[in-house]
Amino acid sequence: MAMTIHVDIVSAEESIYSGLAEVVIASAQEGEVGIYPRHAPLLTRLKAGEVRLLKDGKEEQFYISGGILEVQPQIVTILADTALRAADVDEAAALEAKASAEKALADKSTKMEYAEAQAQLAEAMAQLRAIERARKTRKH
Amino acid sequence: MASGKEIRTQIASIKSTQKITSAMEMVAASKMRKAQERMAATRPYADKILNVIQHLAHANPEYKHVYLQDRQETQRVGYIIVSSDRGLCGGLNNNLFKEVLHEIKTKSDAGLQVDICAIGQKASAFFSRLPVNMVAQVTQLGDAPRVHELIGSIKVMLDAFESGHIDSLYLVYNQFVNTMTQEDKFIRLLPVSSVEPSQDLLAHWDYIYEPDAKEVLDDLLVRYIESVVYQGVVENIASEQASRMIAMKNASDNAGDLIDDLQLVYNKARQAAITQEISEIVAGAAAV
Repeated sequence: MAMTIHVDIVSAEESIYSGLAEVVIASAQEGEVGIYPRHAPLLTRLKAGEVRLLKDGKEEQFYISGGILEVQPQIVTILADTALRAADVDEAAALEAKASAEKALADKSTKMEYAEAQAQLAEAMAQLRAIERARKTRKH
Repeated sequence: MASGKEIRTQIASIKSTQKITSAMEMVAASKMRKAQERMAATRPYADKILNVIQHLAHANPEYKHVYLQDRQETQRVGYIIVSSDRGLCGGLNNNLFKEVLHEIKTKSDAGLQVDICAIGQKASAFFSRLPVNMVAQVTQLGDAPRVHELIGSIKVMLDAFESGHIDSLYLVYNQFVNTMTQEDKFIRLLPVSSVEPSQDLLAHWDYIYEPDAKEVLDDLLVRYIESVVYQGVVENIASEQASRMIAMKNASDNAGDLIDDLQLVYNKARQAAITQEISEIVAGAAAV
Protein backbone atom coordinates (compact mmCIF):
# COMPACT_ATOMS: atom_id res chain seq x y z
CA MET A 1 0.00 0.00 0.00
CA ALA A 2 1.19 3.44 -0.83
CA MET A 3 2.28 5.71 1.98
CA THR A 4 -0.40 8.06 3.18
CA ILE A 5 -0.53 11.26 5.12
CA HIS A 6 -3.25 12.45 7.45
CA VAL A 7 -5.13 15.48 6.22
CA ASP A 8 -7.38 17.80 8.23
CA ILE A 9 -9.24 20.61 6.58
CA VAL A 10 -10.86 22.82 9.20
CA SER A 11 -12.51 26.21 9.12
CA ALA A 12 -13.57 28.38 12.02
CA GLU A 13 -17.14 27.17 11.54
CA GLU A 14 -16.75 23.46 10.92
CA SER A 15 -14.46 20.58 10.21
CA ILE A 16 -14.53 20.08 6.44
CA TYR A 17 -12.48 16.94 5.96
CA SER A 18 -10.44 14.57 8.03
CA GLY A 19 -8.80 11.47 6.58
CA LEU A 20 -5.89 9.97 4.73
CA ALA A 21 -4.44 10.88 1.35
CA GLU A 22 -1.38 9.99 -0.70
CA VAL A 23 -0.86 13.46 -2.09
CA VAL A 24 -2.24 16.86 -1.19
CA ILE A 25 -2.23 19.49 -3.90
CA ALA A 26 -3.05 23.06 -2.96
CA SER A 27 -2.51 26.49 -4.47
CA ALA A 28 -0.13 28.26 -2.13
CA GLN A 29 0.62 31.93 -2.41
CA GLU A 30 3.95 31.29 -4.13
CA GLY A 31 2.54 28.68 -6.49
CA GLU A 32 0.95 25.27 -6.48
CA VAL A 33 2.36 22.78 -4.00
CA GLY A 34 2.09 19.01 -3.91
CA ILE A 35 2.67 17.48 -0.49
CA TYR A 36 3.72 13.85 -0.18
CA PRO A 37 4.22 11.97 3.08
CA ARG A 38 7.35 12.94 5.03
CA HIS A 39 7.41 16.41 3.61
CA ALA A 40 9.53 18.88 5.56
CA PRO A 41 7.57 21.11 7.97
CA LEU A 42 6.09 23.96 5.98
CA LEU A 43 3.83 26.87 6.77
CA THR A 44 2.39 28.87 3.94
CA ARG A 45 -0.55 31.02 2.98
CA LEU A 46 -3.05 29.60 0.53
CA LYS A 47 -4.78 31.47 -2.25
CA ALA A 48 -8.42 30.94 -3.04
CA GLY A 49 -8.65 27.79 -5.08
CA GLU A 50 -8.89 24.05 -5.08
CA VAL A 51 -7.39 21.61 -2.67
CA ARG A 52 -7.07 18.17 -4.25
CA LEU A 53 -6.51 14.97 -2.34
CA LEU A 54 -5.35 11.87 -4.23
CA LYS A 55 -5.96 8.44 -2.81
CA ASP A 56 -6.11 5.02 -4.51
CA GLY A 57 -6.20 6.70 -7.89
CA LYS A 58 -9.28 8.67 -6.87
CA GLU A 59 -9.37 12.39 -6.41
CA GLU A 60 -11.31 14.48 -3.95
CA GLN A 61 -11.67 18.19 -4.46
CA PHE A 62 -12.44 20.98 -2.07
CA TYR A 63 -12.77 24.63 -2.84
CA ILE A 64 -11.42 26.96 -0.20
CA SER A 65 -11.37 30.73 -0.25
CA GLY A 66 -7.88 31.03 1.13
CA GLY A 67 -6.22 30.10 4.39
CA ILE A 68 -3.08 28.65 5.87
CA LEU A 69 -1.40 25.35 5.07
CA GLU A 70 0.58 23.66 7.79
CA VAL A 71 2.66 20.62 6.92
CA GLN A 72 4.32 18.26 9.33
CA PRO A 73 5.89 14.97 8.23
CA GLN A 74 2.82 12.84 9.03
CA ILE A 75 0.03 15.38 9.09
CA VAL A 76 -1.23 18.19 6.92
CA THR A 77 -3.60 20.80 8.32
CA ILE A 78 -5.41 23.30 6.19
CA LEU A 79 -6.88 26.20 8.16
CA ALA A 80 -9.46 27.34 5.65
CA ASP A 81 -10.99 30.81 5.62
CA THR A 82 -14.75 30.90 5.53
CA ALA A 83 -14.90 33.73 3.05
CA LEU A 84 -12.68 35.47 0.59
CA ARG A 85 -10.36 37.79 2.48
CA ALA A 86 -8.92 40.92 1.03
CA ALA A 87 -7.71 44.07 2.74
CA ASP A 88 -10.30 46.29 1.07
CA VAL A 89 -13.16 43.88 1.78
CA ASP A 90 -12.18 43.76 5.45
CA GLU A 91 -11.89 47.53 5.48
CA ALA A 92 -15.37 47.91 4.02
CA ALA A 93 -16.76 45.54 6.66
CA ALA A 94 -15.07 47.56 9.40
CA LEU A 95 -16.54 50.80 8.07
CA GLU A 96 -19.96 49.17 7.99
CA ALA A 97 -19.66 48.08 11.62
CA LYS A 98 -18.67 51.62 12.59
CA ALA A 99 -21.51 53.20 10.64
CA SER A 100 -23.94 50.78 12.24
CA ALA A 101 -22.76 51.82 15.70
CA GLU A 102 -23.09 55.50 14.83
CA LYS A 103 -26.61 54.92 13.57
CA ALA A 104 -27.57 53.14 16.79
CA LEU A 105 -26.12 56.03 18.79
CA ALA A 106 -28.03 58.58 16.75
CA ASP A 107 -31.29 56.67 17.30
CA LYS A 108 -31.26 56.83 21.04
CA SER A 109 -33.85 59.04 22.58
CA THR A 110 -32.37 59.55 26.02
CA LYS A 111 -28.95 59.32 27.49
CA MET A 112 -28.79 57.52 30.80
CA GLU A 113 -26.15 57.82 33.41
CA TYR A 114 -24.34 54.78 34.76
CA ALA A 115 -26.09 55.18 38.07
CA GLU A 116 -29.48 55.32 36.44
CA ALA A 117 -28.77 52.26 34.34
CA GLN A 118 -27.51 50.42 37.36
CA ALA A 119 -30.59 51.40 39.29
CA GLN A 120 -32.79 50.10 36.47
CA LEU A 121 -30.85 46.88 36.34
CA ALA A 122 -31.01 46.46 40.08
CA GLU A 123 -34.75 46.98 39.89
CA ALA A 124 -35.11 44.37 37.17
CA MET A 125 -33.00 41.95 39.17
CA ALA A 126 -35.08 42.59 42.28
CA GLN A 127 -38.23 41.90 40.30
CA LEU A 128 -36.77 38.66 39.00
CA ARG A 129 -35.80 37.62 42.50
CA ALA A 130 -39.26 38.47 43.81
CA ILE A 131 -40.84 36.36 41.09
CA GLU A 132 -38.46 33.56 41.94
CA ARG A 133 -39.41 33.74 45.62
CA ALA A 134 -43.10 33.91 44.84
CA ARG A 135 -42.72 30.83 42.69
CA LYS A 136 -40.93 28.92 45.44
CA THR A 137 -43.47 29.76 48.14
CA ARG A 138 -46.26 28.82 45.78
CA LYS A 139 -44.76 25.39 45.24
CA HIS A 140 -44.52 24.53 48.95
CA MET B 1 -66.39 37.02 43.34
CA ALA B 2 -65.97 36.88 39.58
CA SER B 3 -68.71 35.14 37.70
CA GLY B 4 -68.24 31.71 36.19
CA LYS B 5 -68.02 32.98 32.64
CA GLU B 6 -65.29 35.50 33.43
CA ILE B 7 -63.16 32.85 35.08
CA ARG B 8 -63.66 30.49 32.15
CA THR B 9 -62.39 33.16 29.71
CA GLN B 10 -59.42 33.81 31.94
CA ILE B 11 -58.53 30.13 32.05
CA ALA B 12 -58.80 29.87 28.27
CA SER B 13 -56.49 32.85 27.78
CA ILE B 14 -53.88 31.45 30.18
CA LYS B 15 -54.10 28.11 28.41
CA SER B 16 -53.30 29.69 25.07
CA THR B 17 -50.35 31.54 26.61
CA GLN B 18 -49.16 28.24 28.03
CA LYS B 19 -49.32 26.69 24.58
CA ILE B 20 -47.07 29.45 23.24
CA THR B 21 -44.53 29.18 26.05
CA SER B 22 -44.32 25.40 25.83
CA ALA B 23 -43.85 25.62 22.05
CA MET B 24 -41.06 28.16 22.59
CA GLU B 25 -39.50 25.83 25.12
CA MET B 26 -39.36 22.99 22.64
CA VAL B 27 -38.01 25.20 19.87
CA ALA B 28 -35.32 26.53 22.19
CA ALA B 29 -34.36 22.98 23.20
CA SER B 30 -33.78 21.92 19.62
CA LYS B 31 -31.94 25.12 18.77
CA MET B 32 -29.76 24.66 21.81
CA ARG B 33 -28.69 21.21 20.62
CA LYS B 34 -27.74 22.62 17.24
CA ALA B 35 -25.80 25.45 18.84
CA GLN B 36 -23.93 22.94 21.00
CA GLU B 37 -22.93 20.99 17.90
CA ARG B 38 -21.73 24.19 16.32
CA MET B 39 -19.73 24.96 19.45
CA ALA B 40 -17.96 21.61 19.20
CA ALA B 41 -17.28 22.15 15.50
CA THR B 42 -15.43 25.42 16.10
CA ARG B 43 -12.93 23.93 18.52
CA PRO B 44 -10.47 22.11 16.21
CA TYR B 45 -9.73 25.28 14.25
CA ALA B 46 -9.01 27.42 17.29
CA ASP B 47 -6.92 24.71 18.95
CA LYS B 48 -4.88 24.13 15.83
CA ILE B 49 -4.27 27.80 15.19
CA LEU B 50 -3.18 28.33 18.80
CA ASN B 51 -0.77 25.43 18.44
CA VAL B 52 0.84 26.97 15.40
CA ILE B 53 1.02 30.41 17.01
CA GLN B 54 2.71 28.94 20.05
CA HIS B 55 5.19 27.24 17.85
CA LEU B 56 5.84 30.41 15.86
CA ALA B 57 6.26 32.51 18.98
CA HIS B 58 8.73 29.96 20.25
CA ALA B 59 10.67 29.62 17.01
CA ASN B 60 10.90 33.38 16.42
CA PRO B 61 11.63 34.92 19.79
CA GLU B 62 13.18 37.98 18.15
CA TYR B 63 9.98 38.92 16.34
CA LYS B 64 7.30 40.23 18.67
CA HIS B 65 4.06 41.05 16.99
CA VAL B 66 2.26 44.12 18.33
CA TYR B 67 -0.60 41.84 19.49
CA LEU B 68 1.80 39.95 21.73
CA GLN B 69 3.38 42.95 23.42
CA ASP B 70 2.21 44.06 26.81
CA ARG B 71 1.72 47.80 27.05
CA GLN B 72 3.44 49.72 29.82
CA GLU B 73 0.44 51.86 30.55
CA THR B 74 -3.21 51.29 29.92
CA GLN B 75 -5.35 54.32 29.21
CA ARG B 76 -8.18 52.96 27.19
CA VAL B 77 -9.76 49.53 27.25
CA GLY B 78 -11.89 47.91 24.57
CA TYR B 79 -14.71 45.47 25.21
CA ILE B 80 -16.42 43.23 22.71
CA ILE B 81 -19.76 42.43 24.31
CA VAL B 82 -21.74 39.50 23.00
CA SER B 83 -25.47 39.43 23.67
CA SER B 84 -28.56 37.91 22.14
CA ASP B 85 -30.68 39.55 19.49
CA ARG B 86 -33.95 38.61 21.13
CA GLY B 87 -35.37 38.74 24.60
CA LEU B 88 -37.48 36.28 26.56
CA CYS B 89 -34.41 34.44 27.72
CA GLY B 90 -34.53 35.04 31.45
CA GLY B 91 -31.91 37.22 33.09
CA LEU B 92 -29.18 36.19 30.68
CA ASN B 93 -28.40 39.54 29.08
CA ASN B 94 -29.17 41.59 32.18
CA ASN B 95 -26.81 39.54 34.32
CA LEU B 96 -24.06 40.00 31.77
CA PHE B 97 -24.63 43.74 31.40
CA LYS B 98 -24.63 44.12 35.16
CA GLU B 99 -21.17 42.59 35.33
CA VAL B 100 -19.97 44.72 32.42
CA LEU B 101 -21.32 47.89 34.00
CA HIS B 102 -19.56 47.02 37.21
CA GLU B 103 -16.34 46.44 35.29
CA ILE B 104 -16.69 49.69 33.34
CA LYS B 105 -17.37 51.59 36.53
CA THR B 106 -14.23 50.17 38.15
CA LYS B 107 -12.20 51.07 35.08
CA SER B 108 -13.54 54.59 34.81
CA ASP B 109 -12.99 55.13 38.53
CA ALA B 110 -9.37 54.21 37.89
CA GLY B 111 -9.24 56.92 35.23
CA LEU B 112 -9.43 54.59 32.24
CA GLN B 113 -11.60 55.16 29.24
CA VAL B 114 -13.69 52.49 27.60
CA ASP B 115 -14.58 51.60 24.01
CA ILE B 116 -17.41 49.20 23.34
CA CYS B 117 -18.10 46.92 20.41
CA ALA B 118 -21.61 45.49 20.69
CA ILE B 119 -22.59 42.19 19.15
CA GLY B 120 -26.31 41.50 19.22
CA GLN B 121 -29.38 43.70 19.37
CA LYS B 122 -29.66 43.72 23.16
CA ALA B 123 -26.12 44.94 23.78
CA SER B 124 -26.49 47.55 21.08
CA ALA B 125 -29.73 48.88 22.54
CA PHE B 126 -28.40 48.86 26.08
CA PHE B 127 -25.00 50.46 25.50
CA SER B 128 -26.15 53.05 22.99
CA ARG B 129 -28.16 54.63 25.81
CA LEU B 130 -25.14 54.86 28.06
CA PRO B 131 -22.48 57.54 27.99
CA VAL B 132 -19.91 55.06 26.71
CA ASN B 133 -18.05 55.16 23.46
CA MET B 134 -19.66 52.52 21.24
CA VAL B 135 -17.37 52.29 18.24
CA ALA B 136 -18.79 49.33 16.38
CA GLN B 137 -21.74 47.01 16.42
CA VAL B 138 -23.18 44.09 14.54
CA THR B 139 -26.71 42.77 15.05
CA GLN B 140 -29.15 40.25 13.57
CA LEU B 141 -26.67 37.41 13.32
CA GLY B 142 -29.40 34.79 13.62
CA ASP B 143 -29.01 31.28 14.93
CA ALA B 144 -26.15 30.31 12.64
CA PRO B 145 -23.74 33.24 12.55
CA ARG B 146 -20.96 33.30 9.98
CA VAL B 147 -17.41 34.38 10.68
CA HIS B 148 -17.40 36.96 7.91
CA GLU B 149 -20.31 38.79 9.54
CA LEU B 150 -18.08 39.47 12.53
CA ILE B 151 -14.90 40.44 10.69
CA GLY B 152 -15.79 44.12 10.34
CA SER B 153 -16.49 44.86 13.97
CA ILE B 154 -13.49 42.85 15.13
CA LYS B 155 -11.27 44.72 12.71
CA VAL B 156 -12.39 48.05 14.16
CA MET B 157 -11.14 46.91 17.56
CA LEU B 158 -7.94 45.36 16.20
CA ASP B 159 -7.13 48.53 14.29
CA ALA B 160 -7.75 50.57 17.42
CA PHE B 161 -5.31 48.38 19.29
CA GLU B 162 -2.71 48.51 16.55
CA SER B 163 -2.85 52.30 16.34
CA GLY B 164 -2.49 52.55 20.12
CA HIS B 165 -5.98 53.95 20.61
CA ILE B 166 -6.86 51.15 23.02
CA ASP B 167 -4.31 49.27 25.11
CA SER B 168 -6.15 46.06 25.81
CA LEU B 169 -9.18 44.28 24.47
CA TYR B 170 -11.61 42.00 26.28
CA LEU B 171 -14.31 39.66 25.07
CA VAL B 172 -17.42 39.30 27.23
CA TYR B 173 -20.02 36.59 26.67
CA ASN B 174 -22.11 33.99 28.43
CA GLN B 175 -20.25 30.75 28.83
CA PHE B 176 -22.34 27.64 28.38
CA VAL B 177 -21.61 25.47 31.42
CA ASN B 178 -24.65 23.24 31.12
CA THR B 179 -28.33 23.60 30.40
CA MET B 180 -29.05 25.01 33.85
CA THR B 181 -25.97 27.18 34.24
CA GLN B 182 -24.54 29.96 32.13
CA GLU B 183 -21.75 32.12 33.47
CA ASP B 184 -20.55 35.48 32.33
CA LYS B 185 -17.02 35.22 31.06
CA PHE B 186 -14.36 37.85 30.47
CA ILE B 187 -11.48 36.87 28.20
CA ARG B 188 -8.51 39.08 27.46
CA LEU B 189 -8.03 38.99 23.69
CA LEU B 190 -5.24 41.53 23.38
CA PRO B 191 -2.42 41.48 24.16
CA VAL B 192 -2.55 37.74 23.51
CA SER B 193 -1.48 36.10 26.72
CA SER B 194 -1.97 32.41 26.08
CA VAL B 195 1.12 32.14 23.90
CA GLU B 196 3.39 30.20 26.21
CA PRO B 197 5.71 27.82 24.42
CA SER B 198 4.61 24.34 25.39
CA GLN B 199 7.06 21.64 26.42
CA ASP B 200 6.83 19.44 23.34
CA LEU B 201 7.93 22.35 21.18
CA LEU B 202 11.24 22.61 22.91
CA ALA B 203 12.71 19.94 20.68
CA HIS B 204 14.01 22.36 18.15
CA TRP B 205 12.70 22.28 14.65
CA ASP B 206 11.22 24.96 12.49
CA TYR B 207 8.90 25.34 9.54
CA ILE B 208 9.83 26.43 6.08
CA TYR B 209 7.90 29.68 5.69
CA GLU B 210 6.37 30.98 2.54
CA PRO B 211 6.46 33.95 2.01
CA ASP B 212 7.99 34.61 5.47
CA ALA B 213 7.33 33.97 9.13
CA LYS B 214 6.11 37.47 9.94
CA GLU B 215 3.40 37.61 7.33
CA VAL B 216 2.13 34.17 8.24
CA LEU B 217 2.14 35.06 11.92
CA ASP B 218 0.25 38.31 11.26
CA ASP B 219 -2.41 36.40 9.37
CA LEU B 220 -2.64 33.72 12.00
CA LEU B 221 -3.06 36.14 14.89
CA VAL B 222 -5.96 37.92 13.22
CA ARG B 223 -7.60 34.58 12.39
CA TYR B 224 -7.03 33.40 15.92
CA ILE B 225 -8.75 36.37 17.49
CA GLU B 226 -11.62 36.10 15.03
CA SER B 227 -12.05 32.45 15.86
CA VAL B 228 -12.08 33.17 19.61
CA VAL B 229 -14.75 35.84 19.14
CA TYR B 230 -16.72 33.51 16.87
CA GLN B 231 -16.56 30.78 19.49
CA GLY B 232 -17.82 33.27 22.04
CA VAL B 233 -20.74 34.22 19.81
CA VAL B 234 -21.69 30.60 19.17
CA GLU B 235 -21.41 29.75 22.84
CA ASN B 236 -23.56 32.75 23.70
CA ILE B 237 -26.25 31.45 21.34
CA ALA B 238 -26.20 28.09 23.09
CA SER B 239 -26.49 29.91 26.42
CA GLU B 240 -29.32 32.04 25.10
CA GLN B 241 -31.31 29.03 23.95
CA ALA B 242 -30.67 27.13 27.20
CA SER B 243 -31.71 30.15 29.22
CA ARG B 244 -34.82 30.64 27.09
CA MET B 245 -35.69 26.99 27.45
CA ILE B 246 -35.57 27.26 31.25
CA ALA B 247 -37.44 30.57 31.29
CA MET B 248 -40.18 29.16 29.08
CA LYS B 249 -40.39 25.97 31.11
CA ASN B 250 -40.90 28.06 34.25
CA ALA B 251 -43.51 30.16 32.46
CA SER B 252 -45.40 27.04 31.36
CA ASP B 253 -45.24 25.61 34.89
CA ASN B 254 -46.49 28.86 36.35
CA ALA B 255 -49.32 28.98 33.85
CA GLY B 256 -50.24 25.45 34.92
CA ASP B 257 -50.33 26.50 38.59
CA LEU B 258 -52.41 29.53 37.72
CA ILE B 259 -54.88 27.41 35.78
CA ASP B 260 -55.20 25.00 38.72
CA ASP B 261 -55.90 27.87 41.10
CA LEU B 262 -58.46 29.43 38.78
CA GLN B 263 -60.13 26.09 38.21
CA LEU B 264 -60.57 25.81 41.98
CA VAL B 265 -62.08 29.29 42.17
CA TYR B 266 -64.35 28.48 39.25
CA ASN B 267 -65.58 25.26 40.86
CA LYS B 268 -66.25 27.06 44.12
CA ALA B 269 -68.20 29.80 42.34
CA ARG B 270 -70.22 27.21 40.46
CA GLN B 271 -70.93 25.31 43.68
CA ALA B 272 -71.97 28.51 45.45
CA ALA B 273 -74.33 29.42 42.61
CA ILE B 274 -75.98 25.99 42.75
CA THR B 275 -76.31 26.11 46.54
CA GLN B 276 -77.88 29.53 46.29
CA GLU B 277 -80.36 28.38 43.66
CA ILE B 278 -81.40 25.37 45.73
CA SER B 279 -81.90 27.44 48.88
CA GLU B 280 -84.01 29.92 46.86
CA ILE B 281 -86.18 27.10 45.53
CA VAL B 282 -86.55 25.56 48.98
CA ALA B 283 -87.41 28.96 50.47
CA GLY B 284 -89.93 29.51 47.68
CA ALA B 285 -91.56 26.08 48.28
CA ALA B 286 -91.78 26.74 52.04
CA ALA B 287 -93.54 30.05 51.41
CA VAL B 288 -96.29 28.42 49.38
